[in-house]
Amino acid sequence: MDEKKNKQRIGVYVCHCGGNISEVVDVKKVAEEASKIGDVVLSKDYPHMCSELGQQMVINDAKKNNLDKVVIAACSPQFQGPTFMKTLEKAGLSPYVLEMANIREQAAWPHFNEHEKATEKSIELTKMAIEKARRDEPLQKGEIEIGNRVLVIGGGIAGIQASLDLADAGFKVTLVEKEPSIGGKMAQLSRTFPTEDCATCILSPKMAAVGDHPNIDLKTYSEIESINGFLGNFKVKIKRKPRYVYEDKCVACGLCEEKCPVKIEDKFNEGLSQTKAIHIQFDYAVPFKYYIEESPCLRLQYGGNACGLCQKVCPQDAIDFDMKPKYEDITVDTIIVATGFDIFDAREKPEYGFGKLKNVINGLQMERIIVKAAEGVELKQLGKKVAFIQCIGSRDKQIGRPYCSRICCMYAIKQASLVKKMDPSRDVYIFYIDIRAFGKSYEEYYNRAQELGVKFIRGKVAELMENPDNGKVIVKAEDTLNRQMIQGEFDTVSLSVGVGPNAATDKIVNMLKLAKSSDNFIQEAHPKFRPVDTLVPGVFLAGTAQGPKDIPDTVAQASGAAARAIALMNQGKYFFDPMYAFVNSEKCDGCELCISSCPYGAIKMENGKAVINAAVCKGCGVCIGHCPQDAIDMNLYSNEQLIAEVKTALESKKEGEHRIIIFADDMTSYRLIDSVGTAKMAYSSDSRIIRVPSGGRVTADLIVKSFYYGADAVIVADAEEKSSPYSTSKTEMFRNIEIAKKILTDAGIETDRLLGMNFVTVMLVAFVKTVNKYDEMLNQLGTISKEKREKLMINLREKLFGVKHE
Amino acid sequence: MAMKLPYYPGCTLKTKAKNFETSTLAVAKELDIELVELPKWNCCGAVSSIVTDDLMHQLAPARNFVRVLEMNKSGIVDNEYRLVALCSMCYNTLKRTNLLLKNDHEKLKTINDFMYLEEDYNNEVEVVHFLEILRDIGFDKVKEKVKVDLSSLKIAPYYGCLLLRPKEIAIDNTEDPRIESDLLDSLGVKPIDNPFKKMCCGAHQTVQDKYAVARNTYTIVSGAIKAGAEAIITSCPLCAFNLDNRQREAKELYPDFEGVPILYFTQVMGLAFGVPEEELGFDLNYNDPRPLLREKNILK
Amino acid sequence: MSKTVEITKEADQFLKKIEELSGEKITSCIQCGICSGSCPMINEMDLTPAQIMSKTQLGQEEELLNSKSIWICASCFNCKVRCPRDLDLAKVAEALRQVVLRKAVDKINIDAISPEEMMELPQIALVAACRRLTN
Repeated sequence: MDEKKNKQRIGVYVCHCGGNISEVVDVKKVAEEASKIGDVVLSKDYPHMCSELGQQMVINDAKKNNLDKVVIAACSPQFQGPTFMKTLEKAGLSPYVLEMANIREQAAWPHFNEHEKATEKSIELTKMAIEKARRDEPLQKGEIEIGNRVLVIGGGIAGIQASLDLADAGFKVTLVEKEPSIGGKMAQLSRTFPTEDCATCILSPKMAAVGDHPNIDLKTYSEIESINGFLGNFKVKIKRKPRYVYEDKCVACGLCEEKCPVKIEDKFNEGLSQTKAIHIQFDYAVPFKYYIEESPCLRLQYGGNACGLCQKVCPQDAIDFDMKPKYEDITVDTIIVATGFDIFDAREKPEYGFGKLKNVINGLQMERIIVKAAEGVELKQLGKKVAFIQCIGSRDKQIGRPYCSRICCMYAIKQASLVKKMDPSRDVYIFYIDIRAFGKSYEEYYNRAQELGVKFIRGKVAELMENPDNGKVIVKAEDTLNRQMIQGEFDTVSLSVGVGPNAATDKIVNMLKLAKSSDNFIQEAHPKFRPVDTLVPGVFLAGTAQGPKDIPDTVAQASGAAARAIALMNQGKYFFDPMYAFVNSEKCDGCELCISSCPYGAIKMENGKAVINAAVCKGCGVCIGHCPQDAIDMNLYSNEQLIAEVKTALESKKEGEHRIIIFADDMTSYRLIDSVGTAKMAYSSDSRIIRVPSGGRVTADLIVKSFYYGADAVIVADAEEKSSPYSTSKTEMFRNIEIAKKILTDAGIETDRLLGMNFVTVMLVAFVKTVNKYDEMLNQLGTISKEKREKLMINLREKLFGVKHE
Repeated sequence: MAMKLPYYPGCTLKTKAKNFETSTLAVAKELDIELVELPKWNCCGAVSSIVTDDLMHQLAPARNFVRVLEMNKSGIVDNEYRLVALCSMCYNTLKRTNLLLKNDHEKLKTINDFMYLEEDYNNEVEVVHFLEILRDIGFDKVKEKVKVDLSSLKIAPYYGCLLLRPKEIAIDNTEDPRIESDLLDSLGVKPIDNPFKKMCCGAHQTVQDKYAVARNTYTIVSGAIKAGAEAIITSCPLCAFNLDNRQREAKELYPDFEGVPILYFTQVMGLAFGVPEEELGFDLNYNDPRPLLREKNILK
Repeated sequence: MSKTVEITKEADQFLKKIEELSGEKITSCIQCGICSGSCPMINEMDLTPAQIMSKTQLGQEEELLNSKSIWICASCFNCKVRCPRDLDLAKVAEALRQVVLRKAVDKINIDAISPEEMMELPQIALVAACRRLTN
């Protein structure tokens, strides 16, 4: 019933991979066995399939032999899949009739010392690919209309650069910034390493350009309330926070600030100075307009006739205490997330006395001190002996920040150089673990700092104490290069604090359902090849929201994100992978059980039947397991295809052998298993891997049928929740497993044979251990009797859904 | 209604540090807490065994947990599985063993099998320090019992190592503990915070290398004095010995060194609650605190 | 003055032994020196705490076991709570001590303690000292 009987013409290629495969697997035998399968009209082996010659051969063969489907047994589809898909397109075929049998990463490499078993497995994997290809449809990419509207979230240097690039290219940008002015952290900096050019001087022109640009709609003091929809149709709600000052009336004369009686800590100077409740955020703010801080303002706190002096003196009548937040709705086609970072709060490490000892400051405060010193304003007296302590809040497992913050070595060297130049008689020390001067001219800059007389001591300072007699800070550390303890009293100690993601980033991550990496920054789609994409189509990343980086890298990445967005929007159409689910409306009985199962809201009812929006659907497949009528299926990983793969994987099982079927989610577990192969880590050659889009795609039905067809153990491997692009996959996977376990128990089969497990791409050892553990277990438990397997299928539909199926 | 808690004294509290025990029992009574001594308790071993292959030295602490089970069974206490320790070292050793057994079922099984004459232990017990009990009751309740004005006293908190390290057993934030200062505040005493409050006194090195310890004594005590302290509190008989008796050796090394009295925190509580002087056991304190206390009109 | 140290297979054995006995991944140490900066007995030591970790990695058994450092260590765990790689140097020091002590060597001489001192010392001090410095 599930075999396609119409004649097809399948071409099979088995790659030697330059010896990588052929040294372990008998490639000729694989090609020979494949040729025996029905509808395979061509089956050959070849040294390098991915080479120009190899690809040309496929194109020529396809034309000459009228091939409908192409199977390539070679490396992982994650590796050369896209290459061969393009080859098929050149041959005039749909790229979606290609299937790859992963006989390198899954056979030749991990089972490198089991040649016979590796060959056997390769033959089976090729047959599985043939059965999948047999059921492939010649699909084409889907397409939707896409406009020229971009939302840039965050007005720091990343957001500014991306906005300018997009606006200059003619696209319409809405730039939303939560502070009263754009500029971000860079606006607070003194000079930038390694050139020591003034941050303000290079940033202001860009800020002004943003303020002036006809294609940029700048919304400052605003936040994103909600984002719904998808690429080409993001519906965004923006909250405009009240400044209590009309931007179009304010001329920044300053009379209000003069009269305001309320002094507050100036956050821009990191608490080292004071300003008034009504103020402009900083001297080159864009827009250069006043705003009132809500909580300290007397009128806003107490209402009635309290204070109100600023309003009385304002010649432009620009102040309105009754302003309310405004909400605006916009629709955009793409989004760039550039929400930036926060510095580490050194109070989390009380041993350094930040916030208690008056002469201990942090790196950002040092930055402000240096800026203001150049203007002749002394925010704090630095004194004659200054120390910088590195790696505060970075490279530290004690506080859950094991990563390196990348910029602190350089900013400390910069700050040390500047304070030394301010007063050459000053003693300046940097206490470090490593000096990371990785960028262009960075090492030279480090050398210049040494020549200036900045002293570098290799030893991390454990704690800081104050000398009660003079308030100086006692610094003690082991000079690990000289192997002696050294100690000194310093007038000022600056903690070179690391960086981390901020609350705004977390909010946007939740709104857009973006993934986070293990360091809590936003995860890019692929660390090497897609560093500015996210896994959500149409949403791009720029700047420190993705990870710690300096200004050159931030600007480069921002331009990169802009270019990616432009590439997407420039043709007015967006083409997407046909990996989406669909409803067979004949089978659908309108029960609506599937609607709530979709985490993306892609399923809606139309005329009493469920309909799935192909552009919104992310292809996770979790809805399939919720339909009692078996009415939902999906492209590229259809029910028929997965069952065919399972059956083919098990049909050659011999007496006494056992088989472990492993369903692996494409994004993570499949990649992990590839890595295991690449690392040549050996695991049971009785395992057969079946690629699925997500763990949640593996329905209880599929699991039970796997056992029925001969599996002795089934492992469903899915991405760890935090890093998964499919938010409900883990929950759905375990739900399906629970249902399957009940059915197994009913049939007298041990539930230990079924495992659901979440992985991240670095858990190589865990994967190998798990599979080998299962192998061990099967040696003890043995295979499953025919009677028990048959029992599984009795009243299966009822057991799965509790409903009798006609 | 009296709270009845199983109480582990440890060896030194019965001899050299008897004043720690008597003062504690007295102030506990004021707070309506009855500390019931663990029957047939054995020495905990003072230090925790920290190598991976030594289960043998976990036995001594573990046996005491079984005694807690017995106390409950025989009705001496009613459904009370918290074991209160006073001495920091006992607290640390008992708690580390308890955590080890909680996290490693195989080791727990091995210990239970080995102690086959004893009832099986199944991680029922929770080891707590007396300061934690005070914090749980609430320092405001402690404040209510204060009868004597101690506001003229300036006392430095001192934790030593074992109340705060490792982090798994710490009774407060390892780098920024407040519990002793909070207690002193509630007693009406001015707490003198200083950076040496968690510096190790040198512990067992006092046996073999008393001058090494004396150098630490000098640093810790001088540091507290520099910050304005007139006395220092502690919760450990070994810290007390090192900070108190070893002031003698410290004077040998640093002739200008002038020490201050070292008190158990419960002795200060006792003073605040107006507990009779005999129960506070000042005879056992090496540097007699009584002259200072008379000077401040706290004692007659 | 500086002697060239041979890289030997035995060195690796010693490292593995100490890693197993302490349960710590000594090779993860980045030699930041924070342990030395946190140590209350540092002024009494010949090898710094960070040096103990690096010499264990190089398998310099003799120098380590004969050092004053491992015997004057007070097991205060300050190094452990500060280590950015979350290593427990106190356990490593204990493992090194055990290598010697388990050869039935005692590092304190009880008989050498004068009667007056014996009278004064609280038993907690004697118990702790015997546990850490004797077999």
